[in-house]
Amino acid sequence: MSVNDTAAALPAANGGALPIGGGLPSNLLLRFSAAALLWFAASGVTALWPDAADAQEWERTGEFASLLVVAAGLLVLAALLAAAIRPAPRSRLESAIASLSASVPWLIALALGVTGWEILTAKLNLLPRPFFVPPQALLEVYLDDWPRLLDCFAASLRLLVTGYAVGSVLGVVTGVAIGWSRAVGYWVHPVLRLIGPLPATAWLPIAFFAFPTSWSASVFLIALASGVPVTVLTWSGVAGVNSAYYDIARTLGASPRFLVLKVAVPAAMPHVFVGLFMGLGASFAVLVVAEMLGVKSGVGWYLQWAQGWAAYGNMYAALLVMALLCSGLVTLLFRVRDRLLAWQKGMLKW
Amino acid sequence: MVALENTDTRAVVAGMTIDVQAVSHSFELDGAPLLVLDEVELRVEPGELVALLGPSGCGKSTLLRLVAGLEPPSRGSIMADGRPIDGPDPSRVVVFQDPTLYPWRTVRDNVALGLEARGLQRSQGHRIDKALALVGLAGFEKAYPHQLSGGMAQRAALARALVNDPRLLILDEPLGKLDSLTRLAMQSELVDLWRSSGFTGLLVTHDIEEALFMATRVIVFSGRPARIKADLPIDRPYPRHRGDPVLTELRHRILELLGLAETW
Ligand SMILES: Nc1ncnc2c1ncn2[C@@H]1O[C@H](COP(=O)(O)OP(=O)(O)O)[C@@H](O)[C@H]1O
Ligand SMILES: [Mg+2]
Repeated sequence: MSVNDTAAALPAANGGALPIGGGLPSNLLLRFSAAALLWFAASGVTALWPDAADAQEWERTGEFASLLVVAAGLLVLAALLAAAIRPAPRSRLESAIASLSASVPWLIALALGVTGWEILTAKLNLLPRPFFVPPQALLEVYLDDWPRLLDCFAASLRLLVTGYAVGSVLGVVTGVAIGWSRAVGYWVHPVLRLIGPLPATAWLPIAFFAFPTSWSASVFLIALASGVPVTVLTWSGVAGVNSAYYDIARTLGASPRFLVLKVAVPAAMPHVFVGLFMGLGASFAVLVVAEMLGVKSGVGWYLQWAQGWAAYGNMYAALLVMALLCSGLVTLLFRVRDRLLAWQKGMLKW
Repeated sequence: MVALENTDTRAVVAGMTIDVQAVSHSFELDGAPLLVLDEVELRVEPGELVALLGPSGCGKSTLLRLVAGLEPPSRGSIMADGRPIDGPDPSRVVVFQDPTLYPWRTVRDNVALGLEARGLQRSQGHRIDKALALVGLAGFEKAYPHQLSGGMAQRAALARALVNDPRLLILDEPLGKLDSLTRLAMQSELVDLWRSSGFTGLLVTHDIEEALFMATRVIVFSGRPARIKADLPIDRPYPRHRGDPVLTELRHRILELLGLAETW
């Protein structure tokens, strides 16, 4: 039995009441009820179907089933509210429900996925162990090991933000300087061309003995990884500024300082943000490597440690934390960009 | 329309005298010098509105850039009120064919550019709204340039120039990219602005009618390198009429000078 079979079998068992596509508000009740039903089903499978006899019994199965029931209950509540808010949403809660209805297909898919995962691991023990664990194993980690995970999360965040901030600021300053001053360009450009394409992780062995602490070495590596793309993109942005912008400002009495800060930098901003996104991606990669090899803390280190002890539940739990961290930072950067570059037309929404 | 009041205690803004003295200018093109202006002599008195006509690529824009102080001439000198021009100055403001508004600034912040650059925004901020009203853009302060039509963008560029109370307004084909109806309307508006403000105007245009409708004098240039071919005073009262037979006669002469008389 594969995940697909499970997915195909379950909605049929529920009367095939699977709403497809962006339906009308009139069948909101139906859509939420279908989702709620599937979450109840997931909870039922988890709680009532005994774990496979030929393997360990998982802890926290009851808690996980309760969590699924809570999710299902919230969906029932949403269904009831959805039934009440016809014809049009008025309060904030009501419009929140209306927008939640767009996620119903996802909620259904998630319920099916969790059920399938549960069956394949804990219930039938079909996937090789210890590499595959059931969802309650992740819950177990979050419930029992959360102080350490939280510590690791905070450590990763601190390291990443420090390195990225240093790299971005230096990158923007260097990029503007190269784009603006011929002398700076003369000296920095060849260095950038030689060192820029080198992956920051190649510096790892040198960095860890050249810096007093492995933490400062990691900050350096992350700053380097994020700083290079920011520098290059800022530079190309500044170099590409329409020269008529400068002519206009100069005839209006602008000083060189004004030309840099109020003309070159804002005009280059769309490029700078491309660099900031590239730099953020690069800094994630370096963060994990630096934590695995150098700093003995952070989510990267936790991943390494979990793998060493074959604690795969912990590893998946940490991976999820890492994904949330990275995705959260990317979302934040998109927000900042949307605010600062609101003057641009047709921007990609994240 | 009313002029921007000068709130300083200085005398009311008057036009500037521009004296172009034997100016030649060349660019470097593929290692060889390209002569663009050849011994140009031109004196513009305060309050004049002088139109420059000539074949495309002859060097009109180049002359305007030299007068604006954006580049120094290769030979000769240009005087503003008797003093040599050695760089750009807010008393000599340029409006280009492209409005070149800063896309990241609202209309209001674009217009504020000159005051901001000189640190006058706080004390002179009220002039921004006046300049916007003057060009008919009141109510569009918060719009971004991409939300404006071509005519509105060019009006904003005009307000950005006027807010500085220029004594010389340099217009490089300012209406060249506008549709013909907007162009006709803005010709009248520009004339009204110039008449009520008293600045000196230098206008490059490729439209002979526009030159005749607006200017006190029309200078006709030869092809590159630009030499002055004719200097024609347009001694007609304002507001002018496009059907004026004197202007029609002048139009014929200018076409002749530009070597286009057969099309008459
Ligand atoms: N920065 C420059 N470098 C080299 N050549 C230039 C430059 N600016 C203008 N030119 C040349 O000078 C000539 C005159 O240009 P311009 O003054 O813009 O003509 P127009 O009379 O059409 O305004 C053109 O042949 C143009 O190619
Ligand atoms: Mg030109």
